[in-house]
Amino acid sequence: MSVPPNYIQTSKSRGSFFNNPANRALIYQFLLLMGLGYFFYIIISNTMSNMEARGIKSGISFLGETAGFDILMSLIPYDSTHTYGKTFIVGLLNTLLVSVIGIFLATIIGFIMGVAHFSRNWLISKSSTVFIETFRNIPLLLQVFFWYFAVLSSLPSARQSLSIGEAFFLNVRGLYLPHLAGDEGSVVVYGAVFIAITSIIALHRFAKIQQEKTGKQLPVLRLSLAILIVLPLFATLIMGTPFHWELPVLKGFNYQGGTTIIPELIALSLALSIYTGAFIAEAVRAGVQSVPHGQTEAARSIGMNEKQIMKLIIVPQAMRVISPLLNSEYQSLVKNSTLATAIGYPDLFTVFVGTTLNQTGQAIEIVFMTMAVYFAINMFISVLMNLFDKKVSLITR
Amino acid sequence: MKFKFTLAAVIVAGAATSLTVQAGTLEDVKSKDYLSCGVSTGLAGFSQKDEKGNWSGLDVDVCRGVAAAVLGDASKVKYKPLTAKERFTALQSGEIDILSRNTTWTQTRDTSLGLNFAGTIYYDGTGFLVRKKLGVKSATELDGAAACIQAGTSTELAISDYFRDKKMSFKVVTFDTSDQTRSGFESGRCDFLTSDQSQLYALRIGLKDPAGAIVLPEVISKEPLGPVVRQGDDAWFNIVKWVVNASIEGEFQGVTSANAKTLRASGKPGQKRLLGTEGDLGMKLGLSPDWAYNIMTQVGNYAESFERNVGQGSPLKIKRGINAQWNNGGILYSPAMR
Repeated sequence: MSVPPNYIQTSKSRGSFFNNPANRALIYQFLLLMGLGYFFYIIISNTMSNMEARGIKSGISFLGETAGFDILMSLIPYDSTHTYGKTFIVGLLNTLLVSVIGIFLATIIGFIMGVAHFSRNWLISKSSTVFIETFRNIPLLLQVFFWYFAVLSSLPSARQSLSIGEAFFLNVRGLYLPHLAGDEGSVVVYGAVFIAITSIIALHRFAKIQQEKTGKQLPVLRLSLAILIVLPLFATLIMGTPFHWELPVLKGFNYQGGTTIIPELIALSLALSIYTGAFIAEAVRAGVQSVPHGQTEAARSIGMNEKQIMKLIIVPQAMRVISPLLNSEYQSLVKNSTLATAIGYPDLFTVFVGTTLNQTGQAIEIVFMTMAVYFAINMFISVLMNLFDKKVSLITR
Repeated sequence: MKFKFTLAAVIVAGAATSLTVQAGTLEDVKSKDYLSCGVSTGLAGFSQKDEKGNWSGLDVDVCRGVAAAVLGDASKVKYKPLTAKERFTALQSGEIDILSRNTTWTQTRDTSLGLNFAGTIYYDGTGFLVRKKLGVKSATELDGAAACIQAGTSTELAISDYFRDKKMSFKVVTFDTSDQTRSGFESGRCDFLTSDQSQLYALRIGLKDPAGAIVLPEVISKEPLGPVVRQGDDAWFNIVKWVVNASIEGEFQGVTSANAKTLRASGKPGQKRLLGTEGDLGMKLGLSPDWAYNIMTQVGNYAESFERNVGQGSPLKIKRGINAQWNNGGILYSPAMR
């Protein structure tokens, strides 16, 4: 059959290249793409030429210049002789810190409050409702101000600090904690902690396989705790306690030594985690309610106790509903952390878009970089949460 | 096909409009019949709004002076309160015609922001405000202390320089607005508040217990404050520059809001030149001959403005100091107006 099928011939003979719907779709898409490309080209080149005409500096060479200003809190060594590029890193780390703390606490608060809603105790279930409705319905900025200006600013001054056993101090400048400093040999203890954690993970795997094979359950929680405590303790005793406490001491104007947690971080973490926690509590409530009551009854009828029902029947099914909601709450939390600027917590937005932008005047580059960072952080959260989502989603065979 | 052409037309039109150059600020201000002026969010003596919504202050008088010179009416100003962080962007983007917001003239700002400083209306310097009960007499005793400071200011750089130079350590707590900085200081979040010295006096008045705080004697940096305009509009730049100079020259020539009317007809040649009855100084700026006369009668000369806003006629009671005329122990000096 060397002659091609008939219908192709007719379609070829009937119309030109442009009458083919497939070709036309391609051409339109190509033209639209060109148009869009041209549009952005015009915007960008226009901005560049306008900025040049007005004598506004552009480019990212400023990142290598000396910053000349100090930052309240930094997780890496930083002083005013470092570069603008370093201020970006300092701000980024502070943003990540408050986001991680916020997400961690918000999840705990959310799950406790969400589950408390179902408590048979009237007081507990009603307090959970009051908590959720209060903190969900007050603007976050107001809550940030509340914690910072109303609560933390009314703490006593450094000299009249509240203290617990002359080791913990709380005053208007922040929370001062003793710092556990490692001496020679402390590495062994850190190693012991690491080994303990690895063996606990191995224990969990082993217990699961054991249960699938024989149906016997090992007391995993108790064993894990025992390993976690005994192993490092043993190492500590063998090495002759290679640690000492560094206590904060009032020297001059402030407490020195130990670990300082600045009030800006406390206020922002509290506000973010309570606000987001209230939303997560609602998500948890929705998730638990989505599991039909019949499931609980069925579980009871095969002899499971309340703890098992929660762990094996309700939570796994509820997680399918909760997980996508958690994703967006976490993302909101990261974005909301930019409210740091209202109380001067040195996050990426305050330091980089605030001070650095102002000192260099390079608004476009700095705003673009910052947008890219928040985009990347949220994409990362999204990817992680999607993996988690896959893990908890219904596996159909 | 029609859709495609429309899209193309929109793109081309958009490109064309965005390419048109900005009209001159002078024509722009004249056609809208008001001046848009960027000021602070509230700083006693410089730019402050009273209960009735009227703005006053040394910075505000620059705006009023420009409005009087250009539009003949000092009240034709719309004020736009800006934080330190917002101010330059507002000017660059054309949201305001002039920025008069206690802004320090630095080389970096002048050369890299696409802006021009049109003169100095107040010579200031960074100072320190501390609580009396701290017992500190000099800034050199502040090793290890915490500072409250406003974000986006040249003070942030000055204070870092100072402590680095003296090999002392300090903590910096930055706030967005001047008011937040003050409440941070009041709550004890920091040991001292640092800012331009003129602002410290203004902030001190706002404290619950003004007598409980003192301004330390040290002045650690040069902070010449003045109005700013966009670069590339020389006609407008000249107008703002000479409005500032006219106010200083007015004091030097002895022209006040009270005697301007008489001097206009019967003054000395220099006074008459300033007030527009001799020569054509106004025309050369593209303004009416009575431009400076309007400034003198509606705003007053520099001395009047100073005493009314920050000097003896105000709660701040700041002395003229280096802000006096050059022949009076200060460094104010207007170029020749002829």
